[in-house]
Amino acid sequence: MRIFDYFRALQPPKSAAVAKERLQIIIARERHLRDSSTFDYLPMLQKELLEVVRKYVAINDEQIKMNIEKEGDYDILELNITLPEESRQVVNGEEQMVNGEYQKDP
Amino acid sequence: MAKIVVITSGKGGVGKTTTSAAVATGLALRGHQTVVIDFDVGLRNLDLVMGCERRVVYDFINVINGEGNLNQALIKDKRVESLYILPASQTRDKDALTIKGVARVLEALKKRFEYIICDSPAGIEHGAIMAMYFADEALIVTNPEVSSVRDSDRIIGMLSSKTRRAVQNMVPVKEHLLVTRYEPKRVNRGDMLSVEDVREILAIPFLGVIPESPSILQASNAGIPVTLDKKSEAGQAYLDVVTRFLGEEPPPRDKKGFLTRLFGH
Repeated sequence: MRIFDYFRALQPPKSAAVAKERLQIIIARERHLRDSSTFDYLPMLQKELLEVVRKYVAINDEQIKMNIEKEGDYDILELNITLPEESRQVVNGEEQMVNGEYQKDP
Repeated sequence: MAKIVVITSGKGGVGKTTTSAAVATGLALRGHQTVVIDFDVGLRNLDLVMGCERRVVYDFINVINGEGNLNQALIKDKRVESLYILPASQTRDKDALTIKGVARVLEALKKRFEYIICDSPAGIEHGAIMAMYFADEALIVTNPEVSSVRDSDRIIGMLSSKTRRAVQNMVPVKEHLLVTRYEPKRVNRGDMLSVEDVREILAIPFLGVIPESPSILQASNAGIPVTLDKKSEAGQAYLDVVTRFLGEEPPPRDKKGFLTRLFGH
C-alpha cells in the first residue's frame, strides 16, 4: 500500500480505469456474439425439425421453439414442440391421439 | 514428444517476433532442441531479429513446395547450441501456406526438435490461422492497451474454434498470457492498464510480464535475441517466462528498496 494510493482515490478516474471499463463492456459483447455464432446452424435445424414433425402432426412455425442456454460449462439446447390440443397422428397407418407437448434436452 | 507453440496476438507491433526469438533462444539455452519458424510469409523479419538474415538461402515455402529440403532451409544459430531458424519466404504471399504443406514440414521437425516455436503474422487471416492451426500451446502477446487487449480476446476465440485441436475435438490449445511493453511507472500513475486488469479481462492463465526496455531495440538493432543480453531487465524477464513455461519457479530477482515501494519507482 503506497501513501499516494489514499489521495489517488479522491481524484476523478484515471484513463486506465476508463480503458478497463470500456474493454470489459466491448469484450463481453463480442464474446456473446462469438458464442452464439457457433450455433449458426440453429435456424436450419429448426426448419428441418419442423418438416419432420409435420409429417406426423399439423403444427405451425410458432409451435416449435428452440433455445440455447449456458449452464456452467455446458450449453443446453432446449427444444420445445407444442402439439395441438387434440391432434390426430398417423403412424404406420393407425390413428393415435397425441396430447400435450413433447420436451427434449439433448 | 515435441511441442508446437504459437506466438500470436492479432494486433501487430506488440512484440511477437521479439518474443519468438527470445523464448526460442531461452528454451535452447536450457538445453532443449528448439526451432523457431517465421510464418509471416512476404514480410519476413525473424531472420533480422535473430541476426541470420544473410544466411537465408532456402525458406519455409521452398520446403513446402519441395524446391529445397528441410536441412537446406534450417539455419543453425551460431551462438546457442540446439537452436535453429526456419525463415519465411520474402517473395511469395501467405496463400502459399497450406494445411497439408505445413503439416508435412511440422511432422518432419517433430522428429528432430522438442520445441517448435511458430512466429505468427499479425491479423486474423490465413497466415495467422496457419501459424496457430497445429499448436499445442499458445503464447498470447498483449500490450496493456485497449486495441491489443481486444485483439487478443479475438485470437483467444480463434484458438478455441479454428485450430486442429478445436476442429478435431481434442484437448484445447493450452493458452498463456504474456504482457509486453509494460511500464510500471505509467501504471502507478493510472495511465496504463495494469497486469491485473489485463488478466482479469482476458481470463487465461498468466505466464509473465516483460517491461518496456531500451534493450529490446538495441538487441534487434544488433540481431541478438534479448535473452542473450544478461544485463537487460527485459532479457531477464524473458528467461523467467521460459522457466515458468517449463513448469518451474524462477529465482527471485533483486527486491525493491523501501523507498521504491513507498513511492512506486
